Amino acid sequence: MKVAYFPGCTLKTKAKELDAYARKCAETLGITLEEIENWQCCGGVFTTARDEAATKLSSVRALKAAGNANQMLVTVCSACHNVIKQTNHAMNTDEEFAFKVNNYLGKGEEYDGSTKVMHYLELLRDVVGYDKVKEAVKKPLAGKKVAAYYGCLLLRPNSVMHTDDPENPTLIEDLIRALGGEPVVYSMRNECCGGYIALENPDSAKKRSNKVTDSAALAGADMIVTACPLCKFNLETNGSKLPIVYFTDLMAEAFDLKED
Amino acid sequence: MQRIGVFVCWCGSNIAGTVDVEAVSEALKSEPGVVFSTNYQYMCSQAGQDIIKNAIAEHKLTGIVVCSCSPRMHEATFRKTAAAAGLNPYMVEIANIREQCSWIHKDMATGTEKAIILGKAAVAKVNLNAPLTPGESPVTKRALVIGGGIAGIQTALDIADAGFPVDIVETKPTIGGKMAQLDKTFPTLDCAACILTPKMVDVAQHENIRIFSYSEVVEVGGFVGNFDVKIKKKARYVKEDVCTGCGICTEKCPMKKAPNEFNMGMDNRPAVYIPFAQAVPKVATIDPNYCNMLKNGKCGLCAKVCTAGAIDYTQKDEIIEEKYGAIVAATGFNPISMDKFDEYAYNQSKDVITSLEFERLTNAAGPTAGKLLRPSDGEHPHTIVFVQCVGSRCAACAEKGKEYCSKICCMYTAKHAMLTRDKYPDTDVYVFYIDVRTPGKSFDEFYRRAVEEYGVHYIKGMVGKVSPEGNKLMVQASDLLANKQLHIEADLVVLAAAIEPDKSARPLATMLTASMDTNDFFTEAHPKLRPVESPTAGVFLSGTCQGPKDIPETVSQASAAAAKVIGLLAKDKLTGNPCVAHSDELMCNGCSSCERVCPYGAITYVDKEFRMPDRTTAIRRVASVNTAVCQGCGACTVACPSGAMDLNGFKNAQIMAEVDAICK
Repeated sequence: MKVAYFPGCTLKTKAKELDAYARKCAETLGITLEEIENWQCCGGVFTTARDEAATKLSSVRALKAAGNANQMLVTVCSACHNVIKQTNHAMNTDEEFAFKVNNYLGKGEEYDGSTKVMHYLELLRDVVGYDKVKEAVKKPLAGKKVAAYYGCLLLRPNSVMHTDDPENPTLIEDLIRALGGEPVVYSMRNECCGGYIALENPDSAKKRSNKVTDSAALAGADMIVTACPLCKFNLETNGSKLPIVYFTDLMAEAFDLKED
Repeated sequence: MQRIGVFVCWCGSNIAGTVDVEAVSEALKSEPGVVFSTNYQYMCSQAGQDIIKNAIAEHKLTGIVVCSCSPRMHEATFRKTAAAAGLNPYMVEIANIREQCSWIHKDMATGTEKAIILGKAAVAKVNLNAPLTPGESPVTKRALVIGGGIAGIQTALDIADAGFPVDIVETKPTIGGKMAQLDKTFPTLDCAACILTPKMVDVAQHENIRIFSYSEVVEVGGFVGNFDVKIKKKARYVKEDVCTGCGICTEKCPMKKAPNEFNMGMDNRPAVYIPFAQAVPKVATIDPNYCNMLKNGKCGLCAKVCTAGAIDYTQKDEIIEEKYGAIVAATGFNPISMDKFDEYAYNQSKDVITSLEFERLTNAAGPTAGKLLRPSDGEHPHTIVFVQCVGSRCAACAEKGKEYCSKICCMYTAKHAMLTRDKYPDTDVYVFYIDVRTPGKSFDEFYRRAVEEYGVHYIKGMVGKVSPEGNKLMVQASDLLANKQLHIEADLVVLAAAIEPDKSARPLATMLTASMDTNDFFTEAHPKLRPVESPTAGVFLSGTCQGPKDIPETVSQASAAAAKVIGLLAKDKLTGNPCVAHSDELMCNGCSSCERVCPYGAITYVDKEFRMPDRTTAIRRVASVNTAVCQGCGACTVACPSGAMDLNGFKNAQIMAEVDAICK
């Protein structure tokens, strides 16, 4: 099975391993991630200004490209996913916005909103299935106590994202279980790491990040997994005592795809 | 040909100010059928009515048109006037030249022109009017009350005291409803059981009341005055008339792991149980989901210990059929599920509870014998956080909660907070609120007392997250007045869950053909002027099934509904409205379109034998209107593709004649 893939900027720079293992693990599970040609930065944030169309054009172009290839659009980075899914929703529900965007795209290039957007984690749950993931495991993560960290962007706003219950998610915990690890449930797993406020008010981001890592540590976790490069950056920069790894890293380890 | 009289009213200057009444009566004189036309200052006055009566006699009028105010105001008056003069009251038509004409126009010429047109339309209609006679139907002098909470109890008692027999149908094994579960009642803090149980006993002992407990209504047919109802009495495996309520079976039952509904599942009860000490009827019930004897035939202990010999494992559900003149819905409410509110960690911690659970925790007959102890470890909580509006006033989260205010939470939370501080002064109590809404007699004073005398910390703002950390609950909230974020280490969190109508209300509404709003509350016939009647004749509303209410309001409404029922049952015969639909059977093609659109269930289809032109007979399926149920809305006449359906008094031909007259 082939799906259109939008890696996003961070996966080409700071988070190369997130990208590389995502592709390898997908291949193991019989899915090819076909990188969209000439993709551009998603913009990083979905601006809530309803009349602001320009920063959403790159997302729409990616959606259109995936639609042209008759494929669903898959992302790994939580932030890219959030922007693209919200943009797609706006194209489907806000006529005025869609009209404005399509004017930018030019005649014959209009996007009709029909492309399905999925996060890699949703793909594992809804398309591949955890049973198949379990079959692919060669080195189960036995004894590893793993705390899933969702952050905000993967789950919210729920009315658009529909990823999981935003207040009590189980998406990543179920994956950890399929990989043979022991998920550690802690109350701060869906709280914000501070996000971009790290630029303007690092103290505030530090406070938020420490709350998350302290809560995971208190619950007895050995490590924290995330899908978001910004979350990983914030948690690490603010002195997490626990290692922060991408979920694809964990998968690669369980599938025995790691070279070192 | 009709002989029509036209009477134009000035209504003082109300009409005459912007309508030239003289010109109107003059213009209508030459309309077809009009033999007399006049105008007068106040047509509804005694003198005005005399003008009409005299004209009817003098000019041998067969129909009259009164150009005056809205028919809602004085149609009945003028119909009576006509009847007094020997004219069929349905030969009267009103042309509304006040609300729809003089009041909305400023220009005399425009107003006059429109008044003439409206008068012409009414004349055109009267030309096609035919005398109508209302039908009559008898009244079964027995009422059915569905639901045995405080609403149903009060309604039943009032109807029974007026001398009419009443049946109460209650799904639970006992009557009493939610009020029986409460500890104290605001604002006077008398104990709920102390004021409710005497009423329950009154119900049990009343010669005019029968209680069908552990029963439900399964079918409703008929119409106002003549409902045919089927009630399913579920098998309780105990002979109701033999059981003495001694409770030995409940003590000896070895299966004691059934969740106790009465205590909100916070403790367990035996498989054979009496919900609480003052239950009415005080009769044991065996829960077939937990009883070993019923599940696999092994046990039978309760039958052995029962000295009265009341246990009967072979009992079956029983259907009771009864006729009723009136039906009262009193199906009540439930707190909404907290499953979609995981931010408050209700499903993650035992120490996050709903307010109804809190009631049981503080009730002397509850799982902790009235001591306020944490469900998780039985310790006394020292910091309690109450969260109001959980799922109420939740416009942005319609998929989770309710848009409306649940109305009772502000008061019961103030009560909980006050009672906690009174009994356990070492406990810190926080209440988070969006607004505090305490209108009602002595209500605001009550809330102020909680704040000022009992030192409850009221904080404007909502709780964003409750996270269980160890044996504490970390409460993250915002204080909107101080503009800061709060973090409270709590031992117990109490959620004021929104209330919603009981799940049985919707299927019941379908059976009753009574209308509901989008929240499944029963709709009243008029939100201000007919608040205890359903738009469906003979169906009345009592308590929270119509909207959120506290106990005082519920009881008032319950008595109001009873008054309406008594008014209905006091009549020997009901006079119907003759303006009902009827079907021309020769034109009806049996398509069922009318049956589908009828909001009152007044139309049924029957197979009828017809004599055909060639002297053979044929059986055809045709629509038949129950004139006692039909409310004359006319939906069927629009839906009928063959033109067979027509509405008496508003026939298609009459409406078209009016339109023609207006467009001429």
